[in-house]
Amino acid sequence: MIYQGKQKIWSDYQKEIPDDHYFYVRSCIRQNLFPASEKTFLDITRNKLGKDFFETEHHTTCGGIAYHCDTIPQETSMTIIARQFALMHKYGYENYVCSCITSFGLYTETLETWHEFPELEAKIKDNLWKTCKLEFAKPKYLAHASDIIYKYRNLIAAQAKYKLINKKTGQPLRVVEHIGCHYGKMFPSKSVGGAEYPYVLAGMIEAWGGEVIDYPERRHCCGYGFRQYHIRSNRGYSLSNTHKKFESMEPYKPDMIITNCPGCPYFLDRWQYVISEMEGKTYGENGHGIPVFTYEEVAGLVMGYNPWDLGLQMHQVGVEPLLEKIGIPYDPKEKYKGPGGKDIGRPELPTCGCL
Amino acid sequence: MGKLYDKLTEDYRIKEGLKACINCGTCTAICPAAEFYKYDPRKIVDIVQSKDDHEIENLLKSEQIWYCGECMSCLTRCPRKNAPGLVIMALRNLSMELGYFVESEKGRQQYALAKIISGNILNYGYCVYARTLKAKDHPEAGPLWEWIEQNMDDVYERNGANLEGEGPGALRRIPQEDLDQLKKIFDHTGATARIEAINRYSMEKAREMGLTPDEYFHHVFNNTEKEHLNQ
Repeated sequence: MIYQGKQKIWSDYQKEIPDDHYFYVRSCIRQNLFPASEKTFLDITRNKLGKDFFETEHHTTCGGIAYHCDTIPQETSMTIIARQFALMHKYGYENYVCSCITSFGLYTETLETWHEFPELEAKIKDNLWKTCKLEFAKPKYLAHASDIIYKYRNLIAAQAKYKLINKKTGQPLRVVEHIGCHYGKMFPSKSVGGAEYPYVLAGMIEAWGGEVIDYPERRHCCGYGFRQYHIRSNRGYSLSNTHKKFESMEPYKPDMIITNCPGCPYFLDRWQYVISEMEGKTYGENGHGIPVFTYEEVAGLVMGYNPWDLGLQMHQVGVEPLLEKIGIPYDPKEKYKGPGGKDIGRPELPTCGCL
Repeated sequence: MGKLYDKLTEDYRIKEGLKACINCGTCTAICPAAEFYKYDPRKIVDIVQSKDDHEIENLLKSEQIWYCGECMSCLTRCPRKNAPGLVIMALRNLSMELGYFVESEKGRQQYALAKIISGNILNYGYCVYARTLKAKDHPEAGPLWEWIEQNMDDVYERNGANLEGEGPGALRRIPQEDLDQLKKIFDHTGATARIEAINRYSMEKAREMGLTPDEYFHHVFNNTEKEHLNQ
């Protein structure tokens, strides 16, 4: 296809995302905090859309959090990554998809650095053979899991039971999208829409009926900052950044937030709890918080999954007001049940019980 | 040209992240850390490109180099495509190699980070692992995490994870042969040496401060004594 004018400019920000056959690797943070999102990703891609997404138990962390906490050298993270790519090759795949933005940024950084410094690539290849006896390979295509949901957004819309529309007013829900720094800020050409016009989540929101909110601190970091969160005495950094974002988005009255990163939904969710405990302030309607979702959770909601099968009970900010706005049925008694309906109690309510 | 500067230039992140800084300060303007901490990436990059060993040594012993959150927003906006965040990573790397990191309060936190994050990789194959996330260390996780911690097996099963299970899935038990490969990678590529260096310098510092290893860990993890904030 020949692009001209604005179409040509926009084409520079596009990714040609392969349609099928991926080697899937998980995210350390999401496995712990949002495990149902990864389950939903595989269920939608494999079972609802009939695509091939392969996973092996032999893959591990990419080491990204350790790398960005500066506890492992660059050569270590690159060799761990080479091992991940070698597993992809061993199982017969060329397309690699990761469930983590930190991983996506680090994989991209690694591939670009190898490209620029072939002697380093040769050294890592040698490291891989000496430590793991695995054959070095690089992916033909590297995707982030949200790229895949973006790619399939219209197929998901075609199967949708609900839209991101307020059932009472008929108006589109007002949605904040948070991209996450390492998706497009380091290597803009590797992301959908680049650093200037990130479209990976906005495209999903529009395809599923919602309206994207633009607000001043839209591209500001959530405040994870690696060591600035993992060390308890540094967490003021993390909280302050999230606080800045919420103060900025508040006048635009968002109904919900969709996030791209593993950590961002956790911070945007839990720091709302902390702000409500510290200052008694909440940012949503009627004293509620603003519910925060992963992109798989939102895809699952529009496709009619049971909210508690999507893991929405693992959020501190209650999602029920949003479910009611869309008209998604849910059973409040089921929310905190264990497997097979087992009674495992429920979390205590925060001081601000309406959160 | 200084010896410390020469050491820094061996790091690929300096090769990638520092071309020619024009000192415009755009990185500082966009930086989340500069808003929160007494931190100015423009000054740091300028010191590095000055090649002044005395100034670089001061930097390696300073609090400043530990303020960055490595979000890399600076890279997006730098008109010369420098990456102050990558320069910071190279400075931190050298500070740990030379043992200078224990001279700053924020640098000493590397002891806890190495124990937690590198420990999780070697023990479980993950940087973060639910069994080691304790509600007492994470009050921000709220009453929800207390409930999850108390009902961990049931909560993860209900949410589709495979906690400590065989085969693929979230939080699966990563096979021992794969953990052994990670250990070999650590040994061969310098991660084990880094852990040992962090421990050695940190324990010397702990003795100087009159703290046991446990007390030192809790001190660096929980306490902030100096005024770091930009206000």
